[in-house]
Amino acid sequence: MATFEQAASLAARLAVDSVKERFSPEERLEAIRKVEEEELDYMPQPDTLKVKLLNMCRENKVAAASAVILIIMALAIIFAHKLTAYDPNAINLMERLLPPSRTHWCGTDELGRDIFTRILYGGRVSLLVGVIPTSISMFIGIIMGMISGYIRRLDGVIMRLADIVLAFPSIVLAMVVMYTLGATTSNIFIALSMVGWAGTARIVRSQTLSLREKEFVEAARGMGVKKWTIMFRHILPNCLPSLIVLFTLNIPDAILSEANLSFLGVGTQPPDSSWGLMVSQAKLFAESSPWMLIFPSLAILIMVLALNFLGDGLRDAVDPHMKK
Amino acid sequence: MLKYITKRILITIPVLIGVVFLIFVMLSVIPGDPLTVMMGEKVKVDVIERLSGTMHLNDPWYVRFAWYLWDALHGDFGTSYKLSRSVSSLIANAFPKTLLLAVSAAVLSWLIGIPVGIFSAVKKNSLVDHLFMGFALCGVSIPAFSVGMLLQNLFNGTLPVSGFASPRHLILPAAVLGWNAAGTIARLTRSSLLEVLEDDYIRTARAKGVAPVWVIAGHALKNSLLPVITMMAIQISSLLSGAVITETLFSIPGIGRLTVDAINNRDMPLLQGTVIFTTVVIIAGNLVADILYCVVDPRIRVEGGK
Repeated sequence: MATFEQAASLAARLAVDSVKERFSPEERLEAIRKVEEEELDYMPQPDTLKVKLLNMCRENKVAAASAVILIIMALAIIFAHKLTAYDPNAINLMERLLPPSRTHWCGTDELGRDIFTRILYGGRVSLLVGVIPTSISMFIGIIMGMISGYIRRLDGVIMRLADIVLAFPSIVLAMVVMYTLGATTSNIFIALSMVGWAGTARIVRSQTLSLREKEFVEAARGMGVKKWTIMFRHILPNCLPSLIVLFTLNIPDAILSEANLSFLGVGTQPPDSSWGLMVSQAKLFAESSPWMLIFPSLAILIMVLALNFLGDGLRDAVDPHMKK
Repeated sequence: MLKYITKRILITIPVLIGVVFLIFVMLSVIPGDPLTVMMGEKVKVDVIERLSGTMHLNDPWYVRFAWYLWDALHGDFGTSYKLSRSVSSLIANAFPKTLLLAVSAAVLSWLIGIPVGIFSAVKKNSLVDHLFMGFALCGVSIPAFSVGMLLQNLFNGTLPVSGFASPRHLILPAAVLGWNAAGTIARLTRSSLLEVLEDDYIRTARAKGVAPVWVIAGHALKNSLLPVITMMAIQISSLLSGAVITETLFSIPGIGRLTVDAINNRDMPLLQGTVIFTTVVIIAGNLVADILYCVVDPRIRVEGGK
């Protein structure tokens, strides 16, 4: 292989040298410009990512609406302290289990805490749990996947590791990790990252496997580009569309996992609130005070649904062949 | 094909060992003495010494791991600290319930998911398609315990809402677990059927005047259900995951409930046993599905056998 690479780079250098001798720099620039113009005339340029996204917004109204809803929800959660006058943890036993009214939009819970306020603040946990572990697990997954797909020696080991992680029911593995590390919010991040990277690694690996055979990668190899540079400068950018889709579709999974962990008692711990924890705390009161159950459930449903719609839309727009 | 299957079976061996190892290591690093958890603070020294010997507690971790692996291969997962019964008998007791729940949820999800997916694909972009797909996506997007608690309140009085005494007790949990699975199946059936409907052989069938219903039922469906078969295997994993939640909510004494109880009681051998057992079931399920897939789709045989 090394000899082939050397020969190719030698050939490329010779070609450049011969052109250098024959034409002046101006002539060469002129020639390049001419070729580029001609190519632009008859070669249809593939849409850039930006164009594809704009097209999606125009054609797929549901995805566009989902994006708007998500932005509004995120803003409401971030500026929660400006939107509501209540303290999420302030106990007021005079106002326990009140139905929704003008003063308490979503009613109050068994300790008289305003549910709307708690949903806004609890959303911070859900939002963080959606974004942070997903980012960490995708980062690990991308690196593992690219190494596995490009450096074939390590493929077997990394993929068996991924197999091991994928063999667990995700919630059970996360539960065991939480049990080992202790139930805190930062440990939820670790648990979900540990569970999530394997799926990403598999997808990135399969993309790397097909991209490494493409001409531009071979050309880079022929010019003697280092393999890490090839992986991160040439292969990674070409995985980007599917990674964006994957990111959008992994966030709702993480949010649901946190909700499940909190329901089982190994996730977010009181007095902090997250949407999943609020639902599970509503268990004893669900019959007499259904608003305690319905509003946090709706918050999860709307956010996860919007993310799923957006992810589906993105997939159709930028990467129609990808399978979930 | 035999070569492919052998290769596939051989690959599962390191994965199995890895799974046991991972669980063993994760649960071994937890501080705390198993004997204290088991019998409280007041234990006689000679009892501790005797039990430490028989339970290999004085050995280094790799010796304990070897013993654990050896015992597990003989069907012995140790004794539960809290319930004082062998882990294998607890699992043997709980698993049929989980299996019954998972199978009824799976059957429900196929009965609903596949027809819904087919109908949506045939009537692509119609109002019904959007409604069905919205329904399917809701099933994947709402936490199972939210749905479960809503149903418990809606049907309180008409249907049993907790426990596991009669087939009627199974209706609500299976519905909760099944909705989620049906959503996945419906979406997959739809997208896979849509893909097949664009193939040349479908156009040929249409051109030679095959009745539209028969084009779908006789020609397209066969090929489009291939990925759905794989999905059914992946479902085993998500159903067992879901069973953890559903069993806790509906107080069904299955494997999922056993796992949660083990965590709450800090019952290590039980936790190890249930997690390893669940994982082995999933690995076996995936293996069967892969072999099945290889039988129904000759393309896999050719590519995989290389």
